[in-house]
Order: sequence, then C-alpha cells, then structure tokens
Amino acid sequence: MKIKKFTLLTILSIILALFMVACGSDEEETTGDDQNGNGDSNGQEEAAGDNGEATAEEGSLEIFSWWTGAGEEAGLLALIDLFEEKHPNIEVVNAAVAGGAGTNAQAVLASRMQGNDPPGTFQIHGGAALNTGWVAAGRMEPITDLYDSEGWHDKFPQDLIDMVTSDEEIYSVPVNIHRSNVLFYNVEIFEEHGLEAPTTFDEFYEVADALQAAGVTPLALGDRESWTALHLFETILLGSLGADGYNALWTRDLDFDSPEVVEAIEHFHKFLTYVNDDHAARNWQDAAQMVAQGNAAMNIMGDWAAGYFATDLELEPNVDFGFVPTPNTTGKFMVVTDNFGLPKDVENPEIVKDFLRVLGSVEGQDVFNPLKGSIPARVDADVSKYNAYGQQTIEDFREAVLTPSLAHNSAAPAGFVSQADQAVNIFVASGNVDQLVQALQTAAEQNIQ
Amino acid sequence: MNLSKVSSDKLLPVLFILPSIVAIGIFVYGFISWTGYVSFSNWNTLTPDLSFAGLKNYLFLFNDYRFQSGMRNTLFFTLFFIIGVLGLGFFLATFIDSNIKGESFFRNIFLFPMALSFVVTGVVWQWLLNPSTGVNLLLASLGFESVPRWYIDTTILFSFPLGQIQFGIPIALLSVVIAAVWQMTGFSLAMYLAGLRAIPEEVKEAARVDGATEFQIYRKVIFPILMPITVSIIIIMGHISLKIFDLIYAMTGSGSNFVTDVPGVYMFETTFRGNFFGHGAAIAMIMLLLVAVVIVPYLIVSRKGDS
Amino acid sequence: MLKKIRLGRVLVYLILAMMTIFFLMPIYVMLITSVKPLAEVSLDRMWELPSTVSFEAYGYAFERLYPNLLNTIYLVVPATLISALLGSLNGYVISKWKFKGSDWIFTAILFGMFIPYQSILIPLIQFLQSIGLYNSIPGLILVHVVYGIPITTLIFRNFYANIPTELLEAAKIDGAGFLGIYRYVMFPLSISGFVVVCIWQFTNIWNEFLFAVSITSSGSQPVMVALQNLSGSQIVHWNVQMAGALLAALPTLLIYILVGKYFVRGLLAGSVKG
Repeated sequence: MKIKKFTLLTILSIILALFMVACGSDEEETTGDDQNGNGDSNGQEEAAGDNGEATAEEGSLEIFSWWTGAGEEAGLLALIDLFEEKHPNIEVVNAAVAGGAGTNAQAVLASRMQGNDPPGTFQIHGGAALNTGWVAAGRMEPITDLYDSEGWHDKFPQDLIDMVTSDEEIYSVPVNIHRSNVLFYNVEIFEEHGLEAPTTFDEFYEVADALQAAGVTPLALGDRESWTALHLFETILLGSLGADGYNALWTRDLDFDSPEVVEAIEHFHKFLTYVNDDHAARNWQDAAQMVAQGNAAMNIMGDWAAGYFATDLELEPNVDFGFVPTPNTTGKFMVVTDNFGLPKDVENPEIVKDFLRVLGSVEGQDVFNPLKGSIPARVDADVSKYNAYGQQTIEDFREAVLTPSLAHNSAAPAGFVSQADQAVNIFVASGNVDQLVQALQTAAEQNIQ
Repeated sequence: MNLSKVSSDKLLPVLFILPSIVAIGIFVYGFISWTGYVSFSNWNTLTPDLSFAGLKNYLFLFNDYRFQSGMRNTLFFTLFFIIGVLGLGFFLATFIDSNIKGESFFRNIFLFPMALSFVVTGVVWQWLLNPSTGVNLLLASLGFESVPRWYIDTTILFSFPLGQIQFGIPIALLSVVIAAVWQMTGFSLAMYLAGLRAIPEEVKEAARVDGATEFQIYRKVIFPILMPITVSIIIIMGHISLKIFDLIYAMTGSGSNFVTDVPGVYMFETTFRGNFFGHGAAIAMIMLLLVAVVIVPYLIVSRKGDS
Repeated sequence: MLKKIRLGRVLVYLILAMMTIFFLMPIYVMLITSVKPLAEVSLDRMWELPSTVSFEAYGYAFERLYPNLLNTIYLVVPATLISALLGSLNGYVISKWKFKGSDWIFTAILFGMFIPYQSILIPLIQFLQSIGLYNSIPGLILVHVVYGIPITTLIFRNFYANIPTELLEAAKIDGAGFLGIYRYVMFPLSISGFVVVCIWQFTNIWNEFLFAVSITSSGSQPVMVALQNLSGSQIVHWNVQMAGALLAALPTLLIYILVGKYFVRGLLAGSVKG
C-alpha cells in the first residue's frame, strides 16, 4: 500500500512539474527543447539534417550507404579516411542506415529523394537498380566525363561498364564486386563420403543423391526472407541457359515460357527436393551455419557468405569450407556490385566527383575491399592485398563472362524482381511449374521493355 | 447541466480544443484523403507520379496472389483469434470469479502479457513454436512421434481453389493465433470479470430459488447481461486483428507461400520496400474500409447510448 | 453432493494451474535462456535450467540495445506527458463546456483511435520529410502525441463525466473562469485520471512498432525496432535475443507489477464506454 502511495506521489509531482512548464510555454517549445536534449544520442542524424543548409559554406559531403556491419563499416571508414587525407577541408558525414540488408536504407533514400533532399552520393547496386530506377526517373547526373578524364574506360571490365551504362551515358562508379553464383560445401562431409565438389547439374544430382542416401541434408536453404530462393533460382537459370540465354531474358529476346526456361525451372524444382525441411524458418546465415556445423553439405549463396564463414565463424577456406561455382556456371560470374553516383540537385557536385575519383582509384578500391571481404571492380588492383578466396575470385572475375544478378536488382527493374520474388516464394511451396512460368512471363511483359 | 449555458465565456473552451481538432483533422482525415488519392494514382515508381490511374491499383490487388492470401489469412486469423480470446477469457473469468483462493495471483498472471509489446511476443513465440525446438521438444519428450511444423507448415486445410489461391485454413496461421491469444486474453478476462462482478448475487439467487440449474442461470441470466461486453470485446479485438502488423512481422514474416501474410505486412513491404505506393495506398484503404465497417456503427451506437 | 463440488473445485484449480503454465511458459524460457552461458545455448536444451547463472547475454544485449533504449525514453516521456495534458484539456472541454457540435466532434476524434495506421502512413512520412522531422525522435513524439489525442481525450472525458457539475458551478460563482476552474478544481481532482492515462500512453508508446519502424532508421530507432533487428536468426545467439526481449519488456512489466490496477483501468477505458 505504501509503495502505491509513493508511486502515485511521484507521478503526481512529475505531472505538476509539467503543468508548470506547460503554463509558461506552448507545445511547440516543449518539443523543441526535447530536440536539443536529444542532440547527443543522434548526433549523426542532426549532422545529416544540418548538412542540407551547411554545404553552401564550403566543404561537406554526405555519404549514404547501408554499410554498418563489422567489415563493411571498417572499409567505409577507411575510404573516408583516405578521402579526408586528400581533401582535408571537406567534412564527411557518414549517413549509413542499418538493418534489413539495405532495404531500410533504400526506403530512407527513396523518402529523401522524394522530398528533394538527396544525399551527396549514395550506395546502390549497379545495373537495373540504378538504370531503371533513379536514372530513368531523371534524378541522376551522368558521369561519363569522369570516366574520360580519369581514363577509366579500360580499367573496369567492359561487361561491367555496359551494366552501369544507360543510353550511352555512365551513371555510377563500381567500388566492389561480389560473386553470387558460389556453391559452398563442408569439406569434411565431402571427404567422409568420398565426394568431389559438383560442377555440373548431373554431378550435383549424383552428389546430392549420395548424401541423401547417407542421411545428410544435401543443400541448405534459408528462405525465411524469400530473396534467397530467388537467388538460388538465378544461379540455376544461369547454369541452365548459359550467359547469353540468361542475358537474353532481360532484353526479352528469350521468353519465360520458352522450353529452355521451363527446363531450368525443372532443375530448380529438383534442387528444392534436396533442401532442409525447416528452410522457411531460417535466414541465409542460418542456412550457411548448417554447412559450417556439418548439418548440411552444401549451400548456394553469394560470396559474402565466405566472409561470414571466415570472419564470424572463424573457418578456414579450403580446409573447413570449400567453394566452387554453382553447377554449370564455371567461367561465368554473376555480379553483385555496389556503386555510387551523382544525384541531381546536390549542393556541391564537385565535391561528390572528388569522392567518386577516390572510389574509382586503385588506392580507394584496395583500401575498401580487403576489409569488406569483396574484390575490387578495377582489373588493375593489387592482388597481394587479398586473401586466398579473394585472389582466386579476382582471377575468375578477369576471365569470366559477367552477368547481372536478378535477386540483387542488377538484371531487371524492381517491379519485375518483386513479382518474381513472389512467384518463386509460391513455387517453393507449390512446385507448380506452369504457374511459375506464367507468373514470370506476365511479370516480364508488364515490367521489362 | 452544461456550463457554457450559464457562461459568456464560450470562446476559450473552443480555443483550447481547437489545436486537437485541427491536428486530428489533418493527421487523420486529411491524410486518409491523401492516401485515398494516392490509391487512385500511378505512383508505383521511385518518384511520385500522381497521374490518375482509375481503379488500376485495386484491380491489380483483387487479382494478386499475395493480396488474396492476405485476405484469406485475415479472415481466419480474425475468426480464431476472437473465438480464442472470448472463450478463454470467459472461462478464466468465471473460474476466477468463483471464490477461489489466490484470485489476484491468477488474475495478474493472465493479464501481464497485455503489458508486453507484440514485438516481444513475436520474438519469444517464434522460438517456442520453432519446429526444431521449443514446444516440440516437450511434445517429443511426452512421446509424440510426429510433431507439428507450426508456422512453417504450408498445409491449407479444407482447401479449394478460389481466385488465384487455395482457400482454406492455413495451419501456419494457428501458431500466430496462439501467440496473439496468449497476449490479448487478458483484455477479455478483465472485461468479463468486471461484468461478472457487476451482476448482483440476488439475481442469481432468485433464479436458483426458481429452480434454475447452473447451466440455465448462465444461459438465461449471465449471458444476456454479458452480451454488450461481448460485443465490445469482439469489436476491439476485431479491429486489432484486421490491422495486425507487428506480431506477424516480428514472429513469422509473410511466410512460405504467404501462409502467414496479412495486408498490414504486405502494405508495409510493398510501399516502403518495393516503392509501390499506389498498391500500398490501395491496401491501406481496403484495410480502413474493413475496420470502418466494424467501428463506425459501434461508435454511433455508443454515442447514442451516452446522450 | 459435497463430493461433486469438491471434484469441481479440483478441476477448476487444475485448469487454472495448466493455464498458468501456458501463460508463464514464455517468461520461463526468456528467463532461463537469458542467463545461460553461451556454451549451454542449444536448440535441443531449451527447457533445461542453466548450470550457472551468467549475465554475458545481458551484457551483450544491453550493449546492442542501450542507444535504442535511450531513444525510447526520450520518445516516451515527453510524448506521454504532452498527450496526457492535451487529453485532459480536451476531456474537460468535451465533458463540461459542451458547445454546438461538440458531441459530433468527439465522435470524429474517437474514430482516429481505430484507424489502421497504414492508411495515414504514406502522407505522414511525406509530411515529416517536408518539415524536416522524418527519421527523428521529435518527429515520433509529434506522431504519438497526435494519434494519442483520441484515447487520452476519451479516458479523461469519461473520468470528468463523474465529477459533479455543481462543483464547477460553485467555483464559477466564486469568480473562476474556464482556466481557473481547470487549474483549481478539475486538475487537482484528476490525478488518478492522469495516472491511468500516463500509464496507458507510456505502455502503448513504449511498445509501438509500426510508426517506429517506418519513421526512423539508424540513429533514432526505438528499442522495439532494434529488438526486431536482433531477432529471428540463429547467428545472434538466442540467449541474447531473449535477454534483449526481457530488457525491452522490463519497463512496461514493472509498471504492470507496481500499478497494475491503473493499467487495467486504462485497458477497460479503451472500449469506448469506459
């Protein structure tokens, strides 16, 4: 009873205090006071907000990204250090947005662009995400002149430059490359069962059947977030159609209801018979972890999983986990690349261009990528700065045919990706090939010109 | 009696309530109108495109697999959720009301989940009903051979094709219903308890004297008295379940084959993750309409009853 | 007859005991998992008691959630107090200073309590963006204050309806006006009303998720969004998730334990008739 009285009294005095304050000021002021009181906790926010007005007085650059994870954040900070070293008068604002593997950041970006408040430069996946997105909306400045003056045209692979080109103009600088068509496997399980890493569909089925017979889950999938299923599907499309066939899908030179695509979908269907039962309750890391812990033999994922294996789970490449291109994609390289460009109506485009110059330089790429666990987009970067996995990937990257990733928004407009994502999510449960074919064909007709 | 009738001081009260009226006018009615406007526009792109699209967004949704799944799920979620909350709340209230020992202990136990966030509930129950651990471990140790797959089960009971989808009861949804009932039963319990306490003992006594059995007393005396409370609970729980978002977003997401998807989650993802603002606005307007059908008559009747 | 009643009693207690287990099961799992050392956290030992009590999960969860807990506090305290004050003034006007159309306005305000917030989210974000409050705590405060008006007004209106108008008339004869009556008669009488409303708003705003996840990102995220980001994956060990969930739930749980009576009153007031 005493406690209750005491609590009551406390609350009462708080309210009284508030009442006194409220008598002297109006609501607006109270809110304003609090805003100042908050300054410490979200200084980053406030700085970002101030930037809009402050840029005019010389020297600040806001860099917008979703690089907040351990390695990638370190990479970004190293990049910023390098830039500040070269441009000591320019204050850099790191406006990184965490969460949802970049989806949160993209929502914030969209809102800021819609409100005509673009950041100085922002991270975006190269290819369709930019070309059919902000470029098509007329919100980006071309930076082809930067490529001319820096002599970049032959420093990036032609396939990659084509990917970031729209109507003869280049709109972004690729800073890194991830490979999305990688099959990771548990070396110990493969040795124990006397298996070789599969490189073709037939080998994959042989290996998977053998594993299944031995009571091992052949393929780990974690499609709690449905993009992972789409990711698996895109590697099978590439393997089954070849690079030319795969690329023809995005120019509508190959239809989704063609027999070739139907065959690819049947492969996909068969792959799904080898996955873990609880795939819908797991995300991609959970699935990778199954391979790491020996609860599943293989996992198809982008090579950010290599970073996860090596850094987070402290596994040794080629000793604990092995990696090969996904079935039938040897010599093909599915690209996920982070790019930065120059939005229209930024306060100080020259400063942004200075930053893009640093991003596109050998030095910039080699400072960022070893920390992030990706490889440089330039073909002349310093190979010795990368670990075993990185070095081999750099080699593959220089020789392979490059194709844009569908699941990571590089191949097709966002409208198609979201409908494909939905259709694949349904297919994983239903296994209805005709339905998937029809859904994809309709989505392509509606979204791809 | 009304003070303003004896007062010349009529302006001040209006002045004080005016900011709230303006705020609600803009933030509720103004914003709803704007959303309605967006739902008839072509804004399914990164940058706003407010050109008139007619019913395009609505037609898209009515033919959309995900939206149809979401509507099916909302229907069954609402149904089972309300039945669960009403049933469990009523029985617990009658038990607690029957002069038991430790009455306040039990009441507090059943009420505390109400103080929790749906996000917390979602985080905990996602582990409890994870098919490889949680409740299934208990079931297995009790000797059950096959354990439920809970929220990753894609089975749809009693299903038949309707539109794009299989219409029926998605098993996975029942996991979310369990979590939601766990959280919200306290509300109906509190309401029923207040109702039961308000029934004078003499009324029941009189019925007993007339030779009514316990069952008849419930049917003839208690149920009718509790009827308005039941309606209130149905409406409050109904509007919560029609707009449910956080529990599902935190616990299961939209699920394999959209077995646990609901319009609230679809709206959020398609608008703010997919930039389909027109679709999102249309979903929001449909949700609003569903809630309004339940709420508006209730508000009008409540107001009338007051004055 | 006696035996039958006893049997019924036993059955009642049995069912209540079972339901108690059902209701406490999540709390049990949260508690024991959150104090397990990392080595003992595995999916197939969920129900086992920890061999030793370890607070490393709390340490880690606290470290991850601390900035967001602070954000939530900066959000909840002003939003609760402002919306309570507004609700009190509105309730005072609507119950005691009725004017033409005030009943109608009250119903129109009440409707704002029931709308799915998805239906105002798109313009709300555009609006906050345009006044520079998107992705900020003050922006969230504004949102919670505005959308808190209906429920706080309702609770205060029902509360003030029980205060006899004669009391106010007496004050009026003594020369008090609209503000004077509020300040010297109504306000002192409405302490328990404030307690109910403050507890209700505090709990609701603390637990709210949709606005929080749509309006804020990175630096200004409240704790529930951070908790959701922490959860759902086996890479963040789930003893940490459980510790995080418990940390995030603790303030509202404490309020429930300390002043549950007022919490329940707010709960019942939400059903319009009060």
